[in-house]
Amino acid sequence: MKIEACGLHMRLGSREVLRGLDFVAHTGEMTAVIGPNGAGKTTLLKALAGLLTPSAGAVTLDGRAMADWPPLVRARSLAYLPQERTTHWALSARAVVALGRLPHQPMGAGESAADARAIDAALAAMDIGHLAERPVLEMSGGERARVLVARALAQEPVALLADEPAAGLDPAHQLTLFHHLTALASAGRTVVVALHDLSLAARFCHRIVLMQAGRTIAAGAPEDVLKSEHLAAVYGINARYATIEGVPVVLVADVLP
Amino acid sequence: MTPISGRPDVKPIYLLAALGVATVAAFILSLSMGPAGLGIEATGEARSLIFTEIRLPRAVLGALVGGALGLSGAALQGYLRNPLAEPSLVGVSGGAALGAVLAIHLGLSQAFALALPVGGLAGAAVAMLAVVALAGAHGGPVTLILAGLAVSSIAAALISLALNLSQNPFASVEMVFWMMGSLADRSLTQLWISAPLILIGAALLLTVARALDALTLGEDAARSLGVDLARTRLAVVAGTAFSVGAATAVTGIIGFVGLIVPHMLRPLAHHRPGLLLPASALGGATMLLLADVALRIVQPWVELRIGVLTALIGAPFFVWLVLRTRAELAP
Repeated sequence: MKIEACGLHMRLGSREVLRGLDFVAHTGEMTAVIGPNGAGKTTLLKALAGLLTPSAGAVTLDGRAMADWPPLVRARSLAYLPQERTTHWALSARAVVALGRLPHQPMGAGESAADARAIDAALAAMDIGHLAERPVLEMSGGERARVLVARALAQEPVALLADEPAAGLDPAHQLTLFHHLTALASAGRTVVVALHDLSLAARFCHRIVLMQAGRTIAAGAPEDVLKSEHLAAVYGINARYATIEGVPVVLVADVLP
Repeated sequence: MTPISGRPDVKPIYLLAALGVATVAAFILSLSMGPAGLGIEATGEARSLIFTEIRLPRAVLGALVGGALGLSGAALQGYLRNPLAEPSLVGVSGGAALGAVLAIHLGLSQAFALALPVGGLAGAAVAMLAVVALAGAHGGPVTLILAGLAVSSIAAALISLALNLSQNPFASVEMVFWMMGSLADRSLTQLWISAPLILIGAALLLTVARALDALTLGEDAARSLGVDLARTRLAVVAGTAFSVGAATAVTGIIGFVGLIVPHMLRPLAHHRPGLLLPASALGGATMLLLADVALRIVQPWVELRIGVLTALIGAPFFVWLVLRTRAELAP
């Protein structure tokens, strides 16, 4: 699914969060949205998910305007993982993951065999099969984060928008998550992640969109976007894109004076 | 009622079946209770009169009103994602009470018998429209709670005013008694007035089961799963207004059922807000029928109103809730 935004303006209260932003995410690619706090990453993802209506500009999914997608049809193709790790009741991990199947279930129908397969696969992908019956409210932050990622995976979407999916995960589970997201992209899905970890973006993403104050500063391949001058201008840091033992990383030396 | 253990593993269908059996048992118990016993002394016409004119409306009303209170309590707790929510929160029962109190105050209830339930229904309808208008079309849970609180406060103030201005001590007593809630001496006509509205409200509330499940993940995630939040809120408010408004109009205020029943059943329903809806409907019906049976057992010694009894059961439950919450929050 090709996700595209043209001249996107978004006003939240009195603040203009997005100011004429252009964005594109291609099928079979993982796209990272990076930028400092308050750049508008979360607002962009919400707009791409159809949760916010832009004050100007338009979002299209596969060339079709967002408004032309009935919410339930969109939910079968597009999954959105919010930054907040909200779970209100003491549901078991499996019950939370099963919520991802709601758009696929006809009204009043229970869990089908296909639902059960998707749920079990998502639990296994996030390495939480052994926690399936634990109430999510009793879990650690990282465990709960993995349950919520699994919920989005169980939705079996054509496109996945994930806001800070790696936050709170230990290094091993960050890698597990990104290997899985890479596999999804290779399988022809569209993956968009908002990220703060520049090294994860450098290593795993096909394209990077660098944002600042609601605009796109640079977009393209990691080595082109993660240039020292871009990072200095946007983040105010002294950083360098490098490849160490074959792994692309961003070395951050210090905050610029 | 079904025993509650720490980590129960009950299949949804068994839970609903068990609660259904409990409801039927409580219903039969309610039908067979009364000063005339099982109808052994009474024969022929008297016996059928006791059943169809007195006990049947009382038992059916008990089941419907208890079910409405339990169901709407579960729906509001799920929608607001707050375990302390209960039907009176959206102002509808306050509106119904005001309507009925005005019917007494203005002497309408003396003029024709159905003035009380009709006044209650009108009050509930006005309260619902006021809450919806105040909360706006796109407000969140907080605006709904505030709007409900505002309408309830206005209703409470006007009820106090009516009591204050009442010249007739009999009318004052009637108002106070009406507000305590009762299932006794309700006619088949009152049942016919309220039952369809209660059932319409219940049907509306049952449509939000999936939306409430999805809301477990918060509003953004729920919307991304295809949930229409505005429709959900309207169904919750209108469903509560129809079912609890119609129930309160006929029986007066019966508190705590809508708070306690979802609480007790939540662990058995695996904390799933959607499954909790039908479970709480059945649980509420069972609880109110049993409370009404208990009233009739103690009737020879003390004349208790059902709203008083549910409050007597409900208030200590609140104390328990505080202690449990405190224990959970303790470092």
